[in-house]
Amino acid sequence: MKRRNGYLTAGLVLTGFLAALILLGFFWTPYDPSAMAAGAKFEAPSLHHLMGTDSFGRDIFSRVLQGAGTTLVIALSTVAIGAVCGTAVGAFTGYFGGVIDEVLMRFNDAMTAFPSILLALVVLSLLGPGEKYHVILALGLVFIPSFARVTRTAFASLRDVNYVKSARLMGASPLRILTVHMLPNTMPVLLPALTIGFNNAVLAEASMSYLGIGAAPPDASLGYMLSEAQGMLTRAPWYAAGTGLMMILLVFGVGLIGEGLQQRNRGVA
Amino acid sequence: MKKKLTALLLLVSLLGAVLTGCGDSSTDPAPEKDPGGAEATARANELTVGIAQDLDESLDPHKAVAAGTKEIMFNVFEGLMKPTSDGDLIPAIASDYHISEDRTTYTFTLREGVRFHNGEPVEMRDVVYSIERCAGDAEGEPLIPALSAIQSMTADDTTLTITLDAPNSEFLSYLTLAILPEDYTEQDTAPVGTGPFRFVSRTAQESVVLERFDQYWGTPAALEKVTCKVIENADSIMMSLQSGAIDLFAHLTSTQVSQLGDDFYVEEGTMNLVQAMYLNNAEKPFDDVRVRQALCYAVDKQAVIDMAFDGYGSPIGSSMYPAFGKYFDESLTNYYTRDVEKAKGLLAEAGYPDGFEMTITVPSNYQPHIDTAQVLAEQLKEIGVSASIQLVDWGVWLSDVYAGRQFQSTVVGVDASNMTARALLERFTSTAGDNFINYHSERYDALFAQAQSCSEDAEQTAIYKQMLEDLTENAANVYLQDLADLVAVRNGLEGLRFYPIYVLDLSTLHWTE
Amino acid sequence: MKYAGKRIAMLLLTMVIVSFLAFAAFDLIAGNPAEIMLGTQATPEKIAALEAELGLDRPFPVRYGDWLAGFFTGDLGESYHYHQPVWELIAPKAAVTLWLSALSFFLIAAISLPLGLYSAGRTGGRLEGVFTVLDQLCMAVPPFFTGILLTWVFSLGLQWFTHGSFPGIREDFWGSMRYLFFAAVSLAIPRIAMTVRMMKSTVRTELQKDYVRTAISRGNDRRSVLCRHVLKNAAVPVVTFLAQTMAEIVAGSIVVEQVFAIPGLGRLLVASISNRDYPVVQAIVVILALWVVLAGTAADLVNQSIDPRLRLGGKG
Repeated sequence: MKRRNGYLTAGLVLTGFLAALILLGFFWTPYDPSAMAAGAKFEAPSLHHLMGTDSFGRDIFSRVLQGAGTTLVIALSTVAIGAVCGTAVGAFTGYFGGVIDEVLMRFNDAMTAFPSILLALVVLSLLGPGEKYHVILALGLVFIPSFARVTRTAFASLRDVNYVKSARLMGASPLRILTVHMLPNTMPVLLPALTIGFNNAVLAEASMSYLGIGAAPPDASLGYMLSEAQGMLTRAPWYAAGTGLMMILLVFGVGLIGEGLQQRNRGVA
Repeated sequence: MKKKLTALLLLVSLLGAVLTGCGDSSTDPAPEKDPGGAEATARANELTVGIAQDLDESLDPHKAVAAGTKEIMFNVFEGLMKPTSDGDLIPAIASDYHISEDRTTYTFTLREGVRFHNGEPVEMRDVVYSIERCAGDAEGEPLIPALSAIQSMTADDTTLTITLDAPNSEFLSYLTLAILPEDYTEQDTAPVGTGPFRFVSRTAQESVVLERFDQYWGTPAALEKVTCKVIENADSIMMSLQSGAIDLFAHLTSTQVSQLGDDFYVEEGTMNLVQAMYLNNAEKPFDDVRVRQALCYAVDKQAVIDMAFDGYGSPIGSSMYPAFGKYFDESLTNYYTRDVEKAKGLLAEAGYPDGFEMTITVPSNYQPHIDTAQVLAEQLKEIGVSASIQLVDWGVWLSDVYAGRQFQSTVVGVDASNMTARALLERFTSTAGDNFINYHSERYDALFAQAQSCSEDAEQTAIYKQMLEDLTENAANVYLQDLADLVAVRNGLEGLRFYPIYVLDLSTLHWTE
Repeated sequence: MKYAGKRIAMLLLTMVIVSFLAFAAFDLIAGNPAEIMLGTQATPEKIAALEAELGLDRPFPVRYGDWLAGFFTGDLGESYHYHQPVWELIAPKAAVTLWLSALSFFLIAAISLPLGLYSAGRTGGRLEGVFTVLDQLCMAVPPFFTGILLTWVFSLGLQWFTHGSFPGIREDFWGSMRYLFFAAVSLAIPRIAMTVRMMKSTVRTELQKDYVRTAISRGNDRRSVLCRHVLKNAAVPVVTFLAQTMAEIVAGSIVVEQVFAIPGLGRLLVASISNRDYPVVQAIVVILALWVVLAGTAADLVNQSIDPRLRLGGKG
């Protein structure tokens, strides 16, 4: 029992710390993240520049904070879109079943048949690449089917549970049953799915930025910065290191939370 | 029974997985060290050149659009005349030429023994066909509008006489157009020319292979085979150089050059491009000359060059670069010197006291332009203009910005297809099809017409200079620099020559060891 | 057999939906291929003429029908950008992506299955925590970042492969495999971590079930119970998961091919999207999707032969 909470605690502490840092980055960074200094190009990490400077003499740590902020905003919005729409679809089809379920799930299958990045690429090409909101929308759409699938199973399994049956007998409206009676009980499934979704969103956004179609400067996200860092890997390895570390720790922290949640569920089950 | 069988199968496969898993779990199966594949091919008298963009869909030289395509195909095609690295024109497929006193009659003698890459001899009918094709006589719309000056063309087996309707001192430059065989229909995919290299094959998005043409009329190329590898991902360039996959890469940034390591040396030339932040003169707020001037005052060219290019590059002030010598007007370079207060004043006058938001569209496969845009965005902040950078793929840039003119501003370099001022300046006349910035100045149009009808070289030069002034005064674009061309060359490879136009001459390159 | 038939019918239905979406999506993309092809020489008349030549002026349903029929006749049309038959363009690149995915899939299966079983068998213990943390860490590293590091170490440092000069599968098979191996590793690492984690929890859940305890208390050998019953039951979700993995590898390869400069479908896809080379993009999208759906169907069929009860559940 102790160990199980250990993951959760460690994850919460790590994520909390990073989130605090990123939030701070929205209001204050050690340097202006885009301020260039001709005299300070490619400085190695030091007390002045925790993660060194890049080819324009910009402070990488400040840029990482700002970039992580962009990444965080994109990932959270993406997950929000995916989770809300996906849960709605999942709840509806899982609860009612029947023909609509069959049709929607077929459609869902077709959607998941597109590998996620591929689908995001297609949607993003439609919307026009390089725009933060387009990235959010594209990724959000891509994540709907997976949330729908997870929640559909959960709702379907709760459909014939006694308290739902009795609520139905008492004449509660389907909407009320779904939101009040069933939704809270899908949380054990939904919460870990949220953490996984968040991580997938971060990684997918990074991939898209790497391909040059994600959020573009000055809205640079961690993914874009990583691709930039690849171009100066031998000259400024600290650029890739600092940016990579931030992204990996962020995903790692949230992953630990997910692990903790799942282990807790298993303990309960 | 069936169940058991399945279970057994499963077990066997799992076992197999365990066994192979042990062999693979250490991620290094230690393949023997590659004995420097690149070096081995180098000694085989071959070369691999990296290029930043795939060639045009059609390899037909008369249809080529992108500077990057012309840059490589320069080695495959030749015209009656051919540019040299000094900026002169020498006869190529013609062995000799004569220009009449009044500069309306051009006479060319066909060089004997010139062959196309398919083995056919070059005949006069091929020359006439090629010129007529570009002039549009056979296919309607002219590919090269300047050729409409041709009044008549007469030819026998060895001599071609071209008569112009008016004296023209720039005409010779246009006869660098590629001479193609008349009866050949595969130019799009398997081009045939007369140059020192012949086209062998092309793999989409991957490479173009050229081989030495052994029946070349002139000095044969030193290398037997050149592979041009397409590397569209800018981040991949450095790795491909360092790993030994490519031996030569042109148009690098100083940051890239600084990471090359000991296997390379760097040649510095000029890119022969007019790099500018091109402004869509028809789009708000850039339809107001004061706004455009404000941007010019806000930008510090030298700072851009220092910041993004470590000082390599020559500042310019209009659509002309220094290699053009007689047309280049140094005084225009500093017509606008950075003056934040003046810029703010102009913006306020134009109705933007608090600045505005704008988008700079940049092709994503050119690091120099991306870096420039980043520095510009920083400089523009100081006058309250907030610029966001939109990276687009080259194909999108061509269709949206260049052809579609759907943009606010873009940072690119514009090249000249030949050594004439007209090649750089005609595009800004208000009716020009490639006037992608929608520049409109009646004075400019009138000057251009005047220049075309002018027979005196000195007078014509003076008019072209006035046109350049017009562009500067009206702040058509925020002119920046002629980029330094930093070329990474593998040690042992020599003979790189720079041209005043955007080409890469492969024929003089050779390995020394 | 009836189940297989139903499954294949579903597959066809899914593919029709996929192809329709692919066609419709690219048809709607703002931007005109005729304009792109003409580049700087575009005039409204030329554009109209080229549109007619390409058949872009026909109504949407007609074009879709034509295109779909082309799939069955093996005629995928001609690339707008390269003036080459799409199939000719795609085939050699598809082979590269296929090998990359296969290699990566093999690595995942070969490493994660035994590792998953092993770690499922060892409950508790000090290593357990380390293992879980390591697992999470592997999942947190994006494949392209691993790819950059691998290139740095193995290409620039140790020179075990030459970044940027992929030999070509037909020219030098083993050289190509060596090149692809490193890309496959970077693709495989996070998926291995996920599969191990997934297997661990599935096998453990299974081990806690009553029948296992009963079997063991009856004096059966623990190992034989594990092999005979637990593995069989745990195999179903694992096979399903591996099918998903196949899909994810294919998607991941788009990015990883970019890092390693591998001339596969991914690079062609990204470039063709920007060139708006519709025929190529549509063909690649449908081929990749077909691949994914096939993997899913195969997994379902395998599962069904492992556990015939699934037939009754009969849903997606």
